[in-house]
Amino acid sequence: MSAGVDSIPVAAIRRVGAVGVFLGQILARIPASLGKPSLLIAQIYNAGARSLVIVMMSGLFVGMVLGLQGFNLLQRFGSADQVGVAVALGLLKELGPVVTALLFAGRAGTSLTSEIGLMKATDQLTAMQMMAVDPVRYVVAPRFLGGFIALPLLAAMFSIVGLYGGQLIAVAQMGVDSGAYWSNMQNAVALRDVSEGVWKSVAFGLACSLVAVYEGFHAAPTAEGVGLATTRTVVVSSVLVLLIDFLLTAAFFTNS
Amino acid sequence: MQSNRSLEIGTGLFVLLGFAALAFLTTQLPGSSLRIKGGDSGYKVLAAFDNIGDLKEGSPVTLAGVRIGRVEGIAIDSRTFKADVTLRIDRQYSEIPDDSDASIQTAGLLGGKYIGLTPGGSETFLKDGGQIELTQSALVLENLINKLFANIASKGPDQQNGQAAAPTPAPAVVDKEKK
Repeated sequence: MSAGVDSIPVAAIRRVGAVGVFLGQILARIPASLGKPSLLIAQIYNAGARSLVIVMMSGLFVGMVLGLQGFNLLQRFGSADQVGVAVALGLLKELGPVVTALLFAGRAGTSLTSEIGLMKATDQLTAMQMMAVDPVRYVVAPRFLGGFIALPLLAAMFSIVGLYGGQLIAVAQMGVDSGAYWSNMQNAVALRDVSEGVWKSVAFGLACSLVAVYEGFHAAPTAEGVGLATTRTVVVSSVLVLLIDFLLTAAFFTNS
Repeated sequence: MQSNRSLEIGTGLFVLLGFAALAFLTTQLPGSSLRIKGGDSGYKVLAAFDNIGDLKEGSPVTLAGVRIGRVEGIAIDSRTFKADVTLRIDRQYSEIPDDSDASIQTAGLLGGKYIGLTPGGSETFLKDGGQIELTQSALVLENLINKLFANIASKGPDQQNGQAAAPTPAPAVVDKEKK
């Protein structure tokens, strides 16, 4: 962080490198940190279970919007029956993983960054090192792994709630037959489509958790520094999520 | 200790729920053999069709345009090479004449297929496991276009040997195509 004299491009490259090195450090300590599963459990709870309400609520509304918009579009072609397909593919392949990751960055990523940053600002991390306790192993690795595990699960739940949100609009409100809604969806969605969404959410989980713990661990140890780091977490992870989303969509697209 | 316990239960619930969601997405949405069939209320009726087009399990069954049930199963009869379609009709519509006629229809030009029932005049009603004898296959658009072209080709120069394979539906198709 304290690059000081580096020019902007060099500083950018150095930052990317620093994140990579940090990821290597975390990965090397993950087997050791699994020796104390209660740390990991607490972090899955923090990152996952406590984000559940906001993720499910957003899923419901996104599904309802997809139901309305899909119905509006498909109605013009006389194929409103296919609205289930539009909702399912939209959720599974794009909106489920992406919106969940953005919410995750705002809800869980910020709390990870500010927690670790505050530990640093109050010299808790230094104190750990004094006692020969590795802070990466005990503080960073469980938080990283917790977020990494939680995000794909949250994205799956987001998609399912969204499917029912779409049904709420399309079937209950717009009068699409519920059998047609689900059976057209089941006939059009392939395992590929589901796995594309799952891979995306895994990649987003890695990116969001890594950015959050990196920013926290390398925050300037002041109140202002923690605030800046938290803001940066949201900005960097959001941009990164959208960038990775494009890359993965392109990768899955050319394969077909 | 107590807070630790509730935290572990919460995490466990979250992880189980997450994996249940993943399992639902991977097995119930794609055409998988693990798919759970819906509950069975109502009664079953069988109908054999020559060609069902792209009728699917779950497609609606209607009477006078009102949905009265859905397609529960589609199988092929290995002797007659017809499609055996199982319809599940809601119990409240129990008085459908047993000489009713089932035809496969399309919702809109691009819409999905559904089965439309036209009631007959019989005094006896369809029962659970009963069979609809009068069926009409799906209109396959490609076949209609083929017939139309065959018709035009044969009618072209000499009028007398055009035996008019399907004179009535053909103009309807042309109309639809122009839209």
